Amino acid sequence: MSKKLLSVKELPKGDVLEAGTAILFETGDWRSDRPIFNKELCIDCKRCWLYCPDMSILLDENKKVSGIDYKHCKGCGICSFECPVKPNKAITMEKEVK
Amino acid sequence: MSKDIFEVRWHGRGGQGAKTAALLFGDSALDSGMYIQAFPEYGPERMGAPVASFNRLSKKPINVHCSISNPDLVVVLDPSLIGKVNVIEGLQEEGKIIVNSSLSPKEVSEKLGVKNIKVYVVDASGISKETIGRDIPNTPMLGAMLKVSGLLDFDKTIKGIEIKLKKKFASKPEIIEGNIKAIKRAYEEVKSA
Amino acid sequence: MVVAAKTGNEAMAEAMRQINPDVVAAYPITPATEVVMIFAQFLADGLVDTEYIPVESEHSAMSACLGAAAAGARVMTSTSSQGLALMYEILPIVSALRLPIVVCEVNRALSGPINIHCDHSDTIAARDFGWVQIYAENSQEAYDGTLQAVKIAEKTSLPVMVSTDGFIISHCMEKIEMLPDDEAKKFIGEYKMEKSVLDIKNPTTRGALDLQDYYFEHRYQTSEAILNAKNPILEAGEEFGNKYGRKYGLIEEYKMEDAERVIVALGSTCGTTRDVVDELRGKGEKVGLLKIRVFRPFPAQEIATALSNAKSVAVLDRSDSYSGQGSPVYVEVLSALFKNDKKPKIVNYVYGLGGRDINLEDIKSVFENLKKVDQLEEKNYLGVRM
Repeated sequence: MSKKLLSVKELPKGDVLEAGTAILFETGDWRSDRPIFNKELCIDCKRCWLYCPDMSILLDENKKVSGIDYKHCKGCGICSFECPVKPNKAITMEKEVK
Repeated sequence: MSKDIFEVRWHGRGGQGAKTAALLFGDSALDSGMYIQAFPEYGPERMGAPVASFNRLSKKPINVHCSISNPDLVVVLDPSLIGKVNVIEGLQEEGKIIVNSSLSPKEVSEKLGVKNIKVYVVDASGISKETIGRDIPNTPMLGAMLKVSGLLDFDKTIKGIEIKLKKKFASKPEIIEGNIKAIKRAYEEVKSA
Repeated sequence: MVVAAKTGNEAMAEAMRQINPDVVAAYPITPATEVVMIFAQFLADGLVDTEYIPVESEHSAMSACLGAAAAGARVMTSTSSQGLALMYEILPIVSALRLPIVVCEVNRALSGPINIHCDHSDTIAARDFGWVQIYAENSQEAYDGTLQAVKIAEKTSLPVMVSTDGFIISHCMEKIEMLPDDEAKKFIGEYKMEKSVLDIKNPTTRGALDLQDYYFEHRYQTSEAILNAKNPILEAGEEFGNKYGRKYGLIEEYKMEDAERVIVALGSTCGTTRDVVDELRGKGEKVGLLKIRVFRPFPAQEIATALSNAKSVAVLDRSDSYSGQGSPVYVEVLSALFKNDKKPKIVNYVYGLGGRDINLEDIKSVFENLKKVDQLEEKNYLGVRM
């Protein structure tokens, strides 16, 4: 971790930052629970995609739910909690380390 | 310096227009090229409660921003304040006081208990009832104080007041006419002992 | 010039009308109520085309102002006392984000006990929030200062509060001179923000989490900006003076050339002191007034220089600091003098809290006391019943 930090003079004034930089910050290693996506069960209602606080539900070229972005998913489990499919959810949570 | 400044204190009750009279007098004095201040004394603002407002007039810029404790002239809009509020407090030796009253100047002097202060009386309530139709003593008292203070040109001032009232009461010409009449009558009728 | 009779509140509202800000978000409070009330009338009459946001609290007022300013709007509001206090949470964010919001402030005592009259406790408590602070002596200065504030704010990317003394100035009708509307517009000029948060082609983030690695640098930027604000303030005051005849600085020295005894004050009390100085000068007494017009940035060097030849100085504070030592203006003047080789004897007078009147006699007594400054306590309370 020897990233060069900007000085007072180099910093833009007024705490103005480039937008969308969260993508550079990989929060996937915060995860202790891992969401597992089951394409077979998915009804593509996109509730997981709507609720995910880290925009970590991936969509394919046809805008259908296709999986999880494990680089950014923090394992909060909201996607699984919100999944309406019964009796078995299309996203289930597993321990990261078994 | 303070001796270059003419200071006025208005006494009234909330709703009688003591503040408006001070503002109108100040604004009129400004029109004749004077430096002015007009400010109310703020306390609990209730209809009927005793209130005061103030004016400073000078040919030079006015710097001072403290309250007025030794006025040159006091104007009392409501005679029932005498005895309840010390209306002559701090009045200068050669000072003047104008009271809205139907009594004679001598009777009012006795009620005030003053000897060295010149007392003027005008029946502003009576005048306003006849000219405006209601007991609004502030504009006739303004007329009386224009006479007594003698600081401003009367004709010019009355024209200025008419313009100001026209702005405020654009849709009620009878109010403007009544007020102007009231000011003129009080200017003529104010008398001293 | 347009000569008119205006109260401090009317004067500030007229300046706001001429400025025609893009956004005003406000929650009225005594004695500043009239500023936004009159302004709302201007809006209803079609004299301004401002987006006026009536909000549910001062906290929301300043928050809405912040958002609008980040979007690049020219933004103003007005408040007083507890209202300013409810804005405190947002004030340092505005300065950190370098948003040029202008507040027409009317000085009123902070509760409690509840009081609606003048003292400076509200703005003085906000002195370390990164805002430029300008104290007006009268209605004229309130008007002139509000116009200059817009220019200063936009030049420095800092928020500015211009304040008048509650009731004493806010409700006192005085003769003032106003610029013609087009001249006022010309003076403040156009405003274009460098980077608007609404520029969707060049998206930016504002006010992001700033931890041990960056908070310090950002705070330094604000500190530097306040320090560097002196010149833009002087330039605005100078330009105003050259064009319209009333020049403004950070401080004003009145009969200070050979003054031995000096009163330092802010706001309307300076006017009253001016008259006392004139009277005592007429009697041959060497007295003077040092008015602090701009309290933030604090003109330390200017004050130290101005006071270097005085023998005794009384600093008048219209707010108390519960620090166990002098009040804020005194402490800052004192520290400004500390490094001077030549320094006067100096004492502090707390006065006028909650609108307590300060009259000519009070000020004369201070000048009189300064003759025997060695016998005075360091901190004195003018007119309090002991």
